[in-house]
Amino acid sequence: MKEKRQKPQDPNQLLSRDSWFELGLRTLFPFLGVLVALLVSAVVLLFLRVNPLAAYAAMFRGAFGSMSGWYQTFVKATPLLLVGLGICIAFKASVINIGGEGQIIMGALAGTAVALRFPDAPAFMLVTTCLLAGFLAGAFWGFIPGYLKARFKVNEILSTIMMNHIALQFMNYLLSGPMMDPEARSAGTFLAQTARLPAGSWLTRIVPQTLMHSGVYIALTLAILVYVFLWRTTIGFRIRAVGLNPQASLYSAINVPVNQALSMTLAGGLAGLAGIIEVLGVHRRIIEGFTGGYGFTGIVAALLGSLHPIGLIPASILFGGLLVGANTMQRAMQVPAALIQAILGLVVLFVSGSTLGIQQIIKKRRISVTAAIKEDQS
Amino acid sequence: MNSAVERVHISHVEMKEIVKTFPGVMACNHIDFDIRSGEVHSLLGENGAGKSTLMKMLYGMLRPDGGEILLDGRRAVFHSPADAISAGIGMIHQHFMLVPTMTVAQNVALGQPSSRGFMLDLDVVSDKIRKLSAEYGLRVNPDDLVSYLSVGEQQRVEIIKALYLGASIIILDEPTAVLTPQEVDDLFVVLRNLVAEGHGLVFISHKLHEVTTLSTRVSVLRDGHFMGTRDASCLDRDELVRMMVGRELKEITPRGYSGGAERLKVRDLHVQGDRGTEVVCGVTIDLHAGEILGIAGVAGNGQRELAEALIGVRVPTSGTILLEDADITTAKLNNRINAGMAMIPEERMQDGAIKDFSVQENVFLHDHSDPEFSAGIFLRFKKMEAHARRLIQDFKVKTPNLDTPIRNLSGGNIQKVIMARELSRKPSVLIASQPTRGVDIGASEYIRERLLLQRDNGTAVLLISEDLDELFSLSDRIAVMYEGRIMGLFNREDTDVQTLGFLMAGLDPKGESLVGPGCE
Repeated sequence: MKEKRQKPQDPNQLLSRDSWFELGLRTLFPFLGVLVALLVSAVVLLFLRVNPLAAYAAMFRGAFGSMSGWYQTFVKATPLLLVGLGICIAFKASVINIGGEGQIIMGALAGTAVALRFPDAPAFMLVTTCLLAGFLAGAFWGFIPGYLKARFKVNEILSTIMMNHIALQFMNYLLSGPMMDPEARSAGTFLAQTARLPAGSWLTRIVPQTLMHSGVYIALTLAILVYVFLWRTTIGFRIRAVGLNPQASLYSAINVPVNQALSMTLAGGLAGLAGIIEVLGVHRRIIEGFTGGYGFTGIVAALLGSLHPIGLIPASILFGGLLVGANTMQRAMQVPAALIQAILGLVVLFVSGSTLGIQQIIKKRRISVTAAIKEDQS
Repeated sequence: MNSAVERVHISHVEMKEIVKTFPGVMACNHIDFDIRSGEVHSLLGENGAGKSTLMKMLYGMLRPDGGEILLDGRRAVFHSPADAISAGIGMIHQHFMLVPTMTVAQNVALGQPSSRGFMLDLDVVSDKIRKLSAEYGLRVNPDDLVSYLSVGEQQRVEIIKALYLGASIIILDEPTAVLTPQEVDDLFVVLRNLVAEGHGLVFISHKLHEVTTLSTRVSVLRDGHFMGTRDASCLDRDELVRMMVGRELKEITPRGYSGGAERLKVRDLHVQGDRGTEVVCGVTIDLHAGEILGIAGVAGNGQRELAEALIGVRVPTSGTILLEDADITTAKLNNRINAGMAMIPEERMQDGAIKDFSVQENVFLHDHSDPEFSAGIFLRFKKMEAHARRLIQDFKVKTPNLDTPIRNLSGGNIQKVIMARELSRKPSVLIASQPTRGVDIGASEYIRERLLLQRDNGTAVLLISEDLDELFSLSDRIAVMYEGRIMGLFNREDTDVQTLGFLMAGLDPKGESLVGPGCE
């Protein structure tokens, strides 16, 4: 028999302390995951006879050591943030979107097609139309698995992965056929890329001599909009309700399948937007491999940001930095490119692992706090 | 190493002065129970009487807070089911623990060391299963895939599994609840074989006729108390029912009930359960304005599915539901809510609330899109907060604040939030399923008061409950549901607990089988 040794504390106080504690954990743990991943990678680096400290220093310097490093980091963070926002919305409805890559591709293709079709349209109109086309195409690519899940209970993880392959092969076909750069064709190089987009469709480079483009603003604005959407609108309310408890949502006449499909559609739209922004801002044409794995890395960035639109901002900057820094490290320390991938993989592993750890800790604490509150109530 | 465990012989298991408390409830209050080999000792009691809790302690799933378990006079402590199994105790759960994609033999071998070390010994296991099957008349084929087996066959696989693990004492937790009458007969043949072979069986049930046909002894639990044990040779059904539902009734003060206008008309409703079998079989009821119609019955007799069909989360197979003469049989839930229906679901945390949502968000699960609380797609937080605050005060919900996740509240307070939400829409028909189950006494009282108030204000209330006291103190009329049918409908003043108890156990109160055979 347990005896009460101390007077129960004021539950209000306990509770608020509890939620601060949770918030702290949720914010800190993923970064701890990054740290552990770097520690483990250090062992691998030692095996390759590379000084891990020097390697990481190079990495940090590359990403955050100079203004140009920062700009590159922001450029990489932009698509990560956009894709991550979509992942975030889908996750709130407890739908998992692995289809970012495909949605990026479809968005980029649609926007590019618009830009190439109307080269002489006024710049503002052209950019807006391109972005809209990118969003819609990505949304359509997200809607398909969303609808399949809602209507036929098709597992969205599998269907989105398959949609990625379809999109990739569709792009390969277009780049080596109908959309191939006419110049590459006439020059006989047959590079798999589209023609350069008309200047009217370009996103402005906000810092001269760098790749830093105005897409950053769009991404940041959308982060705030997604936050408002999820927590301040009726649709966001329903999406969160469906994700947390489909059963209770059903009893409250919230349409579960429709909201799941909707969240997937929005996720696709945001990824599509990431794709077209990457094209209009950085490459200004579609080149092979332009997606750079953002569709997958965005998922991890979203996890690192605790699946919160605002938390995603620092998380995608950190990940953008890792991508940029990894390049520098590769050049400076002669680390093989494959190892960089491995390090990023470890970060993914430990970050997702840390979220499990948090859940464990929070669960334990909740039990004790809840008990204290209930005691107080009765 | 031996793959099949030899039967562990126990001739007498005693549970003495067993105490188990859960937060707020004493599930077992100094209970004595014993079981000998070669007998069927039935445990009888209403839901929540403590039968399952007591048996879970014998099977090592729960640990008693007090008292002791003796095996043939020696004290035993079980830390887990594995301990109980190795001591010779087996349990057949209501929900089977089988892997559907595996064969019978694979299921039985699961988790057991193989006689061949790292290599599988399924052929040995299969032989043993065939032997056990023949010995006890179980008719189980070790090579069948479990997913192809009927419910009755799966249950026999569970029995084989227990025997394979060497069980001498087998606990059966409401084994007949999931079976068809034919399967029940088959099961009884098997159980009699087991007894003949010297096994001791604990048979948990609340169906009186089954208990009386099978048992050697019958013990009755009520509200965590041991009410007594009777020998089969001298079973008085009347007495058993009294022991089970027990309490003398408080005096009923007749209220002026003069059936108001007809609100809900249900005609010959048939509904299928999750397993695809018909669980509501032709229910016809009328619900009037300003009355509480109670539905009595032991859980699992179709009440849940009836409620789900009425509110619209389960589609009936046939029959009609009329709400104020409008056919709503296939209407969407949203339309029913807008037409004035409300529901307090049975599974509070699963169906009634979102535990990670705040108190305020839970208040608005349905009404968030009401124009009063949203402008376009944007939520109007000020209005929402004012409304939620009003409800919280009105229903005396104890919560630190409106942003507290509802999971931090006690069951009673969560139920009050759900009730506040449903009643705030001023429904014309309210379906309340087990509204006070698992709720502390204070909140229960309050919830009952609110139900009466709602009735007095003209709402038609359908109250589904297993608590006869509650039904008697609240209802104007009471119907009993048994195996999907309405067994009888009474004005409250014209019936008593005894009559209802018989109907709930599937017996005819006027029949002559009131006194069991063998009693002079």
